[in-house]
Amino acid sequence: MLKLFLIGLKDLKLVFRDRAALTFMLLAPFLLTIGMGFVTGRFSGSSSGISDIPVVIVNLDQEKLGDALADVFSSEELADLMEPTASRFADPEAARRLIDEDQAAAAVIIPEGFTRSIIPAEGTTFNANYVQPEPVKIEVYTNPSRPTSAGVVKAIVDEFVSRVEEGRTSGMTSILQLAAGGFITSANAETESRDLFQNVDETESTAITLKTNTQGAEAVEFDILAYMAPGMALLFLMYTVSYGGRSILAERSQGTLPRLLVSPTSTTQVLGGKVLGIFFTGVAQVGILILASSIFFGVKWGNTFGLAILILAAVFGATGWGVLITALARTPAQVGSIGSALMLIFGILGGSFINLEQMPPLVQTLSKITPNAWGLDGFTTLALGGTLPNLREPITALLSMGALLFGVAVVLFNRQGIMQK
Amino acid sequence: MPSILEVQNLVKKYGDFTAVKGISFDIKEGEIFSLLGPNGAGKTTTISMLSTLYTPTSGDAIIGGHSVTKDPMAVKQVIGVVPQDLALYEDLTARENLIFWGQMYGLSGKSLNSRVDEVLEQIGLTDKAKNRVKTYSGGMKRRVNIGVGLLHKPRLLFMDEPTVGIDPQSRRAILDTVKDLNRQGMTLLYTTHYMEEAQELSDRVGIIDHGELIALGTQKELTQQVGQTETLILHIGENDDPEALADSLKGVKDVLEANATDHEVSIITPDAEDVLASVVSKANERGIKIRSIDIREPNLEAVFLHLTGRALRD
Repeated sequence: MLKLFLIGLKDLKLVFRDRAALTFMLLAPFLLTIGMGFVTGRFSGSSSGISDIPVVIVNLDQEKLGDALADVFSSEELADLMEPTASRFADPEAARRLIDEDQAAAAVIIPEGFTRSIIPAEGTTFNANYVQPEPVKIEVYTNPSRPTSAGVVKAIVDEFVSRVEEGRTSGMTSILQLAAGGFITSANAETESRDLFQNVDETESTAITLKTNTQGAEAVEFDILAYMAPGMALLFLMYTVSYGGRSILAERSQGTLPRLLVSPTSTTQVLGGKVLGIFFTGVAQVGILILASSIFFGVKWGNTFGLAILILAAVFGATGWGVLITALARTPAQVGSIGSALMLIFGILGGSFINLEQMPPLVQTLSKITPNAWGLDGFTTLALGGTLPNLREPITALLSMGALLFGVAVVLFNRQGIMQK
Repeated sequence: MPSILEVQNLVKKYGDFTAVKGISFDIKEGEIFSLLGPNGAGKTTTISMLSTLYTPTSGDAIIGGHSVTKDPMAVKQVIGVVPQDLALYEDLTARENLIFWGQMYGLSGKSLNSRVDEVLEQIGLTDKAKNRVKTYSGGMKRRVNIGVGLLHKPRLLFMDEPTVGIDPQSRRAILDTVKDLNRQGMTLLYTTHYMEEAQELSDRVGIIDHGELIALGTQKELTQQVGQTETLILHIGENDDPEALADSLKGVKDVLEANATDHEVSIITPDAEDVLASVVSKANERGIKIRSIDIREPNLEAVFLHLTGRALRD
């Protein structure tokens, strides 16, 4: 195990002494990110990148909280980001059909009785026989071909629900404490509590704060660089993994691989160490780019733990491709050629250049084979306020991709006898 | 002396081509054994099998009591390998290279650092240890290449043509290092196609050609195979036919053998001076211009010539 790490660290050291490689791995994606930032107006403040997300609001509740949620989507703060359509679609099925037909990113269906399930009816708060109805759930019907926009809509609804729930719990607790302490009587407690709940749609309410306030709006503001920077990092990550793969064949031709194999080091340790070297390099590259974009561009990447796990998973998935390329190629030059081609193809397919939502459905389906698409999905989720549990799908996909490709590569290595001189 | 290496009928085939055709020999503890042969004779393939890099098609070798086919990991602990081509990381310094390779042989901590210092001293690169290998001359790189093979103090060191393509000064330094290592008790298997190196270094020599071990013994034993003969080398003009001259010399008195190569004719004779006049006369008869003549005492070159009809460098 130790030798495996030593070989990996040696490769990492060698990469950081190769100026040409460093230029491609770090400088190129950094400069391209800057370029994209200017093109999209990020640095001039003229654009936030994603805007006018079409969303269908079906408000069957037609009461305080339902109206409040509908108002959030048509609020001033989200005017640039959202383009809600509400009045014509009172039918949930019609709304879902619109999503299926790709006419909007998501449908928010607020069920009837939503407000009543949160705010108790008059005369019921301190009624011992009153049974609080089960809270009804708001449905967000998302368009899988517009994951980023759908993610934004979902984040807004999640934030709203979380604030309502937080307000309901803290409000109820306060009233009960006041009643228990004798500060209010049971006769006026209900009035107090109803007043409190009736104010949930007011942004200055002390009990329930909706995300229509400034703080809430910031939570869902999407920085285009949070898409562009990982897009470029993932694009050039493919260069890095093919560079690493190239080094396996280069070591064979420069004689260091045979020398490793005649030392008391097993084939598994040598190959594992080389793969670990690719992985270390990829993690270092993406880590540095993310850190740099945070420092220089102020990009907010979101949950740190989720980010760390996502980077490891994305690099693992990409490393799988690097090793597979190596297993398929005969010479370091072939790895370079295949790697460069794959870098560009995956960059286009995976959304590094153009948002996947603007791609035809076939391309969106094909994008699932790229670490770029899954990685971007994860980074976008994090930038929109997601945490590790929200990354389950991209992380599972990336890890499965890496494991599958490693398996295929090992079979090919054995068949071709790559570890023989 | 007990044997540290016993090679038993080793064969390596690549499809229909047989690179090594069932060779057998042994190396005694503490000796320098040279495998002498021209390029493509099978020297590197043999070393690759002995160092566990290639799996033999058949046969086996026992090194330090371990089989190369059955227990390669144990064999790797006994041997050190200095490959023919440089096998170093040129973007690392000499010290970093030695540390990395030392770690691959299980060295660590203070023992690794002190051993690296010793080896740097031994190869004369202490002052330049912090320079990247890519900045070194060819000779210096060769010395680092050798140093890597010495790090773990192997009992048996394989050196595969370590002097190919370097300047005479570096070559001399390497030959002296080989002798020093042997004086310190290390056993060496040295492959070369330079007859002079085999003669200078070896206790015993195995001559290999076309994958076969065609002669084996001490230098004295080998030269006795060709008897008390001398070799007369005629260097002829570029437009002259060496084959025709060699054929015409085969009937001449005291000419035991006459072989033609590019612009040269090699004659094995009991006394070179005695046949010289006859040889020159035959050349004149055929209008062949002799540009120069060498007379060589019995040596390994003559043995090779005697056994194969070709010069070593062909």
